[in-house]
Amino acid sequence: MSHSTKPMLSAEPVEFSGELLAKMEEAKNLFPNGKEKSALLKMLHLAQAEFGWVSVPTMDKIADLLSIQPVEVYEVATFYTMFHLEPVGKYVFEVCRTGPCMLVGSDQLIEHIGKKLNIGMGETTSDGLFTLKTAECLGGCGYGPLLQCRHRFHEHLTPEKVDELIEQYKRGEIEPGAL
Amino acid sequence: MKSRKLLLEHLDVPGIQGIETYVKQGGYTTLEKALKKMSPDEVVEEVKKSGLRGRGGAGFPTGLKWSFLAKPEGIPRYLVCNADESEPGTFKDRYLMEKIPHLLVEGMILSSYALGANTSYIYIRGEFMYVLEILQKAIQEAYAKGYLGKNIFGSGFDHDLVVTPGGGAYICGEETALLESLEGKRGNPRIKPPFPAVKGLWASPTVVNNVESIAAVVPIIRDGGDAYASIGIGKSTGTKLISACGNLARPGVYEIELGLSVEEFIYGDDYCRGIANGKKLKACVPGGSSVPILPHFLVTKTAAGENRLMTYESLADGGFQSGSMLGSGGFIVFDEDQCIVRNTWNFTRFYAHESCGQCSPCREGTGWMEKVLHRLETGKGQMHDIDLLADINKKIEGNTICPLGDAAAWPVAAAIRHFREEFEWHVTHPEEAQKRNYGLIQQPVVA
Repeated sequence: MSHSTKPMLSAEPVEFSGELLAKMEEAKNLFPNGKEKSALLKMLHLAQAEFGWVSVPTMDKIADLLSIQPVEVYEVATFYTMFHLEPVGKYVFEVCRTGPCMLVGSDQLIEHIGKKLNIGMGETTSDGLFTLKTAECLGGCGYGPLLQCRHRFHEHLTPEKVDELIEQYKRGEIEPGAL
Repeated sequence: MKSRKLLLEHLDVPGIQGIETYVKQGGYTTLEKALKKMSPDEVVEEVKKSGLRGRGGAGFPTGLKWSFLAKPEGIPRYLVCNADESEPGTFKDRYLMEKIPHLLVEGMILSSYALGANTSYIYIRGEFMYVLEILQKAIQEAYAKGYLGKNIFGSGFDHDLVVTPGGGAYICGEETALLESLEGKRGNPRIKPPFPAVKGLWASPTVVNNVESIAAVVPIIRDGGDAYASIGIGKSTGTKLISACGNLARPGVYEIELGLSVEEFIYGDDYCRGIANGKKLKACVPGGSSVPILPHFLVTKTAAGENRLMTYESLADGGFQSGSMLGSGGFIVFDEDQCIVRNTWNFTRFYAHESCGQCSPCREGTGWMEKVLHRLETGKGQMHDIDLLADINKKIEGNTICPLGDAAAWPVAAAIRHFREEFEWHVTHPEEAQKRNYGLIQQPVVA
């Protein structure tokens, strides 16, 4: 079990934009009256897309919007691996390391990215652009090795392709794949 | 032999993602036929006749599962689609939803009609957020055409369909964990009974089905259950999506008729075209990471020397001694250079990472196995570690609320059963084990 056990950092109070609030309201409205808590995961995704990570004040605000206790949000956010509970780089590379990807070279790819960006696992580059993480099976086993960044899959990777990908991200050429 | 296509028939039609093209190819006519001419029970009957078995991995007959749904007066019932595809080796549902989203949408409405559900949910893993947006667009298109909403096709049947994301957790593919997650909670599996058919989503009667199972309902109702059942062998009827990966010349998603020989699937021109880079087959995990691994001599033939077929029965032939399972159709192939110990450690690390932590045997056991396998893989293990693994294994298996414990235990047991000498080599050659992989048939190869 490796769900987050790190203490969640406190952070500055957050302000949800009108647009974000509208999206959250829309997420809530997908569920019957009294069952709006079902929108919690979607709301956490929306907040993360906006702020890059999910802080305690963000979670408190979501709890408020759902009229539930803050702890009901904390326990969920810490269970699911997609939510970043501390600040991360602008682009988080989540590289799949599970069996089928390993068979086609994910170990070597992860090592290459670490060297290229000069960071260790879970670390962020000093310019705040890139964070390197590993992920368990991302569901693209036939297209590995692969990584996901901002809901976009990058598949059939080689060291050369990753080098180019990093440059493309630096130049701001790659839009989020969703949200 | 080319397989008939029931799910991916129109895969190559340009624009098939959109509703206009989907309708031009006959889309939603099956729904119209069912809503206008068939009773819900008649739809259930056809699905029973088809012999369709759950395509998520368990292989339980879908029609029978539907017939268990409790129908108390005045309480809503739900259909929930399990699109949490996360069994390592499996990427077929993502493919189907991304390429032909309306097939799932039509299947959802059709199946909901059969079950008497006025609301249904697609729970999709959070990593597939872009697919969620594709589905959302398809759902909006279906509402605009009147295939969703009130009084569909003038039948009096109302239906709303919602798609919602997970947040990254393999365990949410287990149906009761999925329901917890859909309720906005941690994905801890529930103790059964009560089963979801009695108390599921928000304590209402609920059916949870895999994406591919729900999509298959469309061709079943279009052609009739008997026509579907005429494809395949015995209790393995119809077609199945197989996601092939690992060291194959042509990995990818293939729709096969159940009954295709494993040999043709791996080596045939219409399928995977053999092992990548001209190498030899060492082993295969035919149904997702949770099923037993087969050494090369048990992949295309059974222990009795019969041709191994892509069916639930043939892949399981020989039981856990010499067989495996069709599972989810996540077909993982290992070439001659791969190390079984390293792979077993990798998979166990996956299960240790994904255990929800609720049951001690799984929470602690998967972590212990991961540690023991890691020291074996890195040349720091001892002979008794191999037996220790088998011992931990037995203590996990059958002692947990959900099947994740079994899923973690079985692959380790099978790897030791078939490749014990490879584990022993890691103990007797500690320095080499750190530098090399143990290749095919006792020929250590340079990594």
